[in-house]
Amino acid sequence: MSKTKFILGLFDDPDVMMHGIDALQKNSVPIYDVYTPMPIHGIDDKLGIKGSRLGYAAFMFGILGGTTIFSIIYYTLVHDWPMNIGGKPAFTVPNFIPATFEWTVLFTAFGMTITFFFANHLFPGRAPRVMDLRATDDRFVIAIDAKGNVSHDEITNILKEAGAVEVKHNDRKYVSYE
Amino acid sequence: MASHNESIIREPLVTGDNITYAKVTEDILRPVENMPNKAWWIGFTVASLGACLWVFAVSWTFWYGIGEWGLNKTVGWAWDITGFVWWVGIGHAGTLISAILLLFRQNWRNSINRSAEAMTIFAVICAATYVVSHMGRPWLAYWPLPLPNQFGSLWINFNSPLVWDVFAISTYFSVSLLFWYTGLLPDMAAIRDRATGIRRRIYSICSFGWTGSVKTWQRFEAVCLILAGVSTPLVLSVHTIVSMDFATSLEPGWHTTIFPPYFVAGAIFSGFAMVQTLLLITRKVLGLENYITMFHIEAMNKIILVTGSIVGVAYLTEFFIAYYSGGEYEQYTFLNRFIGPYWWAGCMMYGCNVLMTQLMWFKGIRTSIRVSWMMSIVVNIGMWFERFVIIVISLHRDFVPSSWAMFYPTWVDMSVFIGSIGLFFTMFLLFIRVMPSIAIAEVKLLLKSSSEQSKKKILAEGHVDAEQAEFYKESLTRFDSVELSAYEK
Repeated sequence: MSKTKFILGLFDDPDVMMHGIDALQKNSVPIYDVYTPMPIHGIDDKLGIKGSRLGYAAFMFGILGGTTIFSIIYYTLVHDWPMNIGGKPAFTVPNFIPATFEWTVLFTAFGMTITFFFANHLFPGRAPRVMDLRATDDRFVIAIDAKGNVSHDEITNILKEAGAVEVKHNDRKYVSYE
Repeated sequence: MASHNESIIREPLVTGDNITYAKVTEDILRPVENMPNKAWWIGFTVASLGACLWVFAVSWTFWYGIGEWGLNKTVGWAWDITGFVWWVGIGHAGTLISAILLLFRQNWRNSINRSAEAMTIFAVICAATYVVSHMGRPWLAYWPLPLPNQFGSLWINFNSPLVWDVFAISTYFSVSLLFWYTGLLPDMAAIRDRATGIRRRIYSICSFGWTGSVKTWQRFEAVCLILAGVSTPLVLSVHTIVSMDFATSLEPGWHTTIFPPYFVAGAIFSGFAMVQTLLLITRKVLGLENYITMFHIEAMNKIILVTGSIVGVAYLTEFFIAYYSGGEYEQYTFLNRFIGPYWWAGCMMYGCNVLMTQLMWFKGIRTSIRVSWMMSIVVNIGMWFERFVIIVISLHRDFVPSSWAMFYPTWVDMSVFIGSIGLFFTMFLLFIRVMPSIAIAEVKLLLKSSSEQSKKKILAEGHVDAEQAEFYKESLTRFDSVELSAYEK
């Protein structure tokens, strides 16, 4: 039994890597994940990854922020302690817009970004689960789970034929753990 | 797809031969991974001396109170608010580059956004310290927050533009910081994966465990787009609200409806000037000429020209409205800018911001690095005087002649201002030492579509319209980082 846990196809060009994905899929080799130094559009479609729903989260957080501050303003200036400013009404909506807008933006930005960090397990001190150290530099890495994909040589050949500059058989899932 | 070729007539955004993905990482991380050079040390020494002066002068203000400033009963706002508005305005260019240009898909922003955003954050820090110290009792700085208190509770007044300002500036600072740091994560990971030992540990913590997997990038791009979408109205709201600190008063020279757009245009104008001041030096000292090219410099100069002209139109409108309103106080205030005791400040404002900027119509000026840098300094000075003119000239002679007075800054005023510049440059110099000053991942995106080498390849293939090819070669002649001999026939 081979000790290989992951097979990595390293490409030096994003377009060649895309062909690599095609070639693997044509041969029904399931792809675990793809690591790239920059966002490459189209991989998510090929791998059948659904679009991000962070926009909905952002919208909800925005609503929450706007309502929160508007409620605070209403409570403080209209309900709890209405001020008599030249006999004008206390419920002066146009004046409440700036603060309401600012908190809408504030909650949208922080709520959405924290959701993103949470969903992707990003936080300070998180051990980086890197499969190849050059994936943040100049290598476009296709990772294939070795378990269940018995013919490792065949996968290697497919990757090589598709133009991979290097194919690695990693015994450990992540190289970055010390 | 990354291989999408763009039209040949567009100037390259990355110049130089043999630029590979690895070389991009290498070039941009050179200042981060090596000991700084002599120029950095000299700059850092001077800047940190300035920062020390700032610490001293601000501490002095906190200890003895704002009576140490040159303010008097008539001129109650002077260098403090001038400095505050100046710094906030400078910050605006960073958000414009990172947010508005992202929404407009201006790819040239990719190599300047990182340092411009950093500049935003440092400028807002400088601005915030002015508001805190001008409160007089900075330990009560939490009073503008709607916290329950023992005065009733007597709540803060949300009808007041000063309260709006607290909300606007704090939101602006925190959202800018978030946007900047989220964008930094992939690049911090790039440093982490190349580093060893303690550096790896530190950058590992700072990079939040970034891996660059498909889902991370997909969500990252969604986050950046939405952050850009919310930052765009945010940045416009910030300077609008700053202008309302003035516009909602009844002071002649302040009480005008043109202030919000006028301030926003002025903010972007001064901000781009500061970006230019910083980047022209940064590209030289860090050797980033291939990434921040003449195209970037000229594009920024064009924005300076446009926003400077908008500011010019706003100035003219102000004068016309002062005349047309028939209000004698308003008319006097505007006349006073030229014939009053502060005529020299008025001349600096109109001369630097309107007249000098019009020189940018000439291509030779836009594409000369030395002249561009000097122009950026001129604009910085001019925009400082604009705020000084608006604040001090309006206040020093308003309704009752018996209360007219002059403003004379004390050494504390001057030290806080000069010191804040030192603080700003100290933070910027530290930033370029420990973080990538150019967004590495975003520049890599340009490599296959908009780089000089990819265009050279298209030219070599020869399927290009001859006229367009000629146009392209002609446009390259003004680049200082392009080897022109490669294009001779």
